[in-house]
Amino acid sequence: MLKSYLVGVLLASVLTAIPFGFVATRTLPPGQTLIVIGVAAVAQVVVHLRYFLRLDLKSRSQDKFIALCFAATVLFILVGGTLWIMFDRLPYRVVGDATTIS
Amino acid sequence: MTDAVITADPGDEADADAVQRAIEEKIYGFWLCLISDAIIFALLFAIFVVMAQNTADASAGRTLFQLPRIFAATVLLLASSATFGLASVAIAARQRGRVIVWLGMTIMFGLGFVATEITEFHGMAVADAAPWRNGFLSAFFALVGTHGAHVSFGLVWIVLLGCEIALRGPTPIAASRLYRLGLFWHFLIIVWINIFSFVYLPRLL
Amino acid sequence: MLGKLTIDALPFYSGIAMAGALTVACGAAGVIALITWLGQWRSLWSEWLTSLDHKKIGIMYVILALIMLVRGVVDALMIRTQQAFAFEPHGYLPPDHFDQIFTSHATIMMFFVAMPFVLGLFSMVIPQQIGARQVAFPFMNSAGLWLTVSGAALVMISLVVGRFSAAYWTAYPPQSGMQFSPDVGVDYWIWAVLLSSVGSILAGISCFVTIVKRRAPGMRLMMMPLFTWTALCASILIIFAYPSLIVAAALLGLDRHLGTQFFAGSDGVMNYISLFWIWGHPHVYILILPACGIYSEVVATFSRRRLFGYASLVYSMIAITALSLVVWLHHFYTIGSGADVNAFFGRAAPLIAVPTMVTIVCWSLTIYRGQVQFSVPMLFTLGFIVTFLVGGITGFLFAVIPPSIHDTTFRAAHFHNLLIPGALFGYFAGYQYWFPKAFGFRLEEKWGRRAFWCWIVGFCLAFMPLYILGFMGMPQRLNRSNVADWQPYLIIAQAGVLFIVCGVAFLAVQIAVSIRDRKALAASSNDPWNGRTLEWATASPPAVYNFAAVPRVQSVDPWWALKQAGTADHRPTRFHDILMPGKSGAAIMLGAMSFVFAFAMIWQIWWLAAAGGLGMFAAVVSQTFHDHAGHRIPASEVEAIESRRVLAPVLGREAPT
Repeated sequence: MLKSYLVGVLLASVLTAIPFGFVATRTLPPGQTLIVIGVAAVAQVVVHLRYFLRLDLKSRSQDKFIALCFAATVLFILVGGTLWIMFDRLPYRVVGDATTIS
Repeated sequence: MTDAVITADPGDEADADAVQRAIEEKIYGFWLCLISDAIIFALLFAIFVVMAQNTADASAGRTLFQLPRIFAATVLLLASSATFGLASVAIAARQRGRVIVWLGMTIMFGLGFVATEITEFHGMAVADAAPWRNGFLSAFFALVGTHGAHVSFGLVWIVLLGCEIALRGPTPIAASRLYRLGLFWHFLIIVWINIFSFVYLPRLL
Repeated sequence: MLGKLTIDALPFYSGIAMAGALTVACGAAGVIALITWLGQWRSLWSEWLTSLDHKKIGIMYVILALIMLVRGVVDALMIRTQQAFAFEPHGYLPPDHFDQIFTSHATIMMFFVAMPFVLGLFSMVIPQQIGARQVAFPFMNSAGLWLTVSGAALVMISLVVGRFSAAYWTAYPPQSGMQFSPDVGVDYWIWAVLLSSVGSILAGISCFVTIVKRRAPGMRLMMMPLFTWTALCASILIIFAYPSLIVAAALLGLDRHLGTQFFAGSDGVMNYISLFWIWGHPHVYILILPACGIYSEVVATFSRRRLFGYASLVYSMIAITALSLVVWLHHFYTIGSGADVNAFFGRAAPLIAVPTMVTIVCWSLTIYRGQVQFSVPMLFTLGFIVTFLVGGITGFLFAVIPPSIHDTTFRAAHFHNLLIPGALFGYFAGYQYWFPKAFGFRLEEKWGRRAFWCWIVGFCLAFMPLYILGFMGMPQRLNRSNVADWQPYLIIAQAGVLFIVCGVAFLAVQIAVSIRDRKALAASSNDPWNGRTLEWATASPPAVYNFAAVPRVQSVDPWWALKQAGTADHRPTRFHDILMPGKSGAAIMLGAMSFVFAFAMIWQIWWLAAAGGLGMFAAVVSQTFHDHAGHRIPASEVEAIESRRVLAPVLGREAPT
């Protein structure tokens, strides 16, 4: 149990450092940084679900069901919905950003 | 079908089994509460993204948000999730003292986070970026404020539960309460991951 | 000291408003006086108000629904009277007052009649149907009730102190914004909706976990009674849909009082409409699905036959739930961008017609092959099937007619056609069907039939003219008109609503007559309808623990199977101690304090709001950190209770007609 928490903390730290690092150093153009941020966010949500909320697929079937419902809600509605709405109107967003930056 | 008879079943369930069953049901129900709460956050996120696109001067976030402060808030919250995890490990080992210490540290990190957030909100209000300025700021304050309110509520609950564990010891019921509170706490950190990824960082590019 | 609250908040400005206020005040005073006169405060408090017994909570929910139904029908009568007589130059109501009544009618019917009725029947029946002794979360169940009650109390007190919203039940901005509604009316709406939404979510979670975790041994999902199935589906929809209403109402409140700009401008209005219908569309199914469950139980019982196509009925219910979740998800993903939120729903509606037709066919075949007994619950069911077919056809019409018709009375007629036969008749059927289970005596049949005929005739008279008026182009929510052609139809509709008023009155007479004749109507056994599902295996009214021994289930209709096998009256050989939850005053304190808090927030009485908020917090904390030992009923007492119970063999006995 302790080990799994520590693995979680390590992974979460790395996945936090990556997006903050890219934003701070501006090594990539905004559009690509945005994608990095999105991927890191999804990965980190999964890490938290797995190591802190301790969702695994070995528990009893009913509890697995409810936990999966939660994971689906978080991933598809919370994260997915936000990303969807964000990228749904991406063209003028990124263009807008690029023009203001340059 | 003829052998369908009335049987005595959970009637002779032992008390310990009944407690265990009640705890399982409460955890199950708590997941459902979290699902409802997650939907509230999802809607606030959606509103925020839509507002950010509809509001003309939404790019003002660039000057309002400060990367170091957001990073500090994130580190504080991640640290609190780590210490909460250690408290969960300690209560599984029935170590009352350690549970209290780890929960105390969680409270300190959590308070640090809330303080950072209050400083930010105050700074924004002073800089004429109050929630009523435009739709973008309304949505920002609603989303981040709702999260902050959840964290504050969670802190009050950690204090109360810490008192219970200090007074009554790490009983199975207290352990199950700590487990559910942990679900809540880690859930709030998941929400925060979304906040820094989709609210703050894209506007600091 | 008292915030915005001044003496002007009392309705001295209008005789009609004053009369309403006096009615509410006198009614409340009368109830208090009656209880005091009977000296029943103590027993009321300890037996009912603090009870965590799911049956009593269910009964209190239904009482709330029936009381609020009276208020809702009086509102409807006032609306119809105004429209019938408001031809050139004016009726008896000023426009603003008319809009308030319009708003309160719909708000009350949605949140304080339909939802409490549904949740009350869930709480009352579901644990017994699945062979459980208690719901999973007795406190949450009770808190759900008292939060809903305090929401209803807010709507009622708005008659006396201040005024209610005039922005219609959907509270679309900008009408509901500060500019057009500067008074407290919309705030009353917001807080009433918030409290009842939180209450509904709590009750929904309790119901869901009860069904998932507390079924009797052996009862697989595909053995659950249809009503339990629909309760499961409706609970899922409650958990997913209601958060959206909470967000919409809370942000509306922020817009009004903090000047935030969520719903400013046309984009903002679009956001509100999206949020509202993320909740609104699934909500229709939250109300209709349980009614379908009740119809299924009633059809099976009174046709003396196992439901035809049990599995297809279950899959239909699941399909309806899944489709409404798809609609929910679609609304979510298109938040703020949909030009017409109804368009997708319009396309989903024909899809939902498929499972609906399956259910109607299954019921018809059950009836066709069975020996039908036309009792009152069965009458309501048949009334539903006939009128709902009309409603279904108009649903299709709704998808094809020109949009110009959409905002006419056609929409009002269509909506009521869905919700009166589709939901309310179902609740009435359930109320008549399970009343003997709750109280130990049947409801009198003659007055029940009279009430039914009044309702069905009244419904047809009141809403068929509205379809026609819709095609004639009469806009919704018109408080006066100058088109002579509309007048005759409006007068017919007025006559219809008078029939409905009679229907309500007859339901009240029915209760009075039934209580008077309760000895004669006392169920000769615990199973007056020769039922099929497990709730009829308990005593009527059931012992606090429902089942002395939890039954083992091996098929659909387990009670029927036991009766067929002749083992229904077997007693357990050995009794055990039973652990039940004790009482808790925390739930009613939570409700009362939430009322104080909301009232103080509405009138901006900050010290009172702080007190109410602290009270709510204290109630929750005292409940959460209280280690519930529960209340142990010793085996000897269980045995004594069970031996008093008469278990007459019921098979072959003629059920009462």
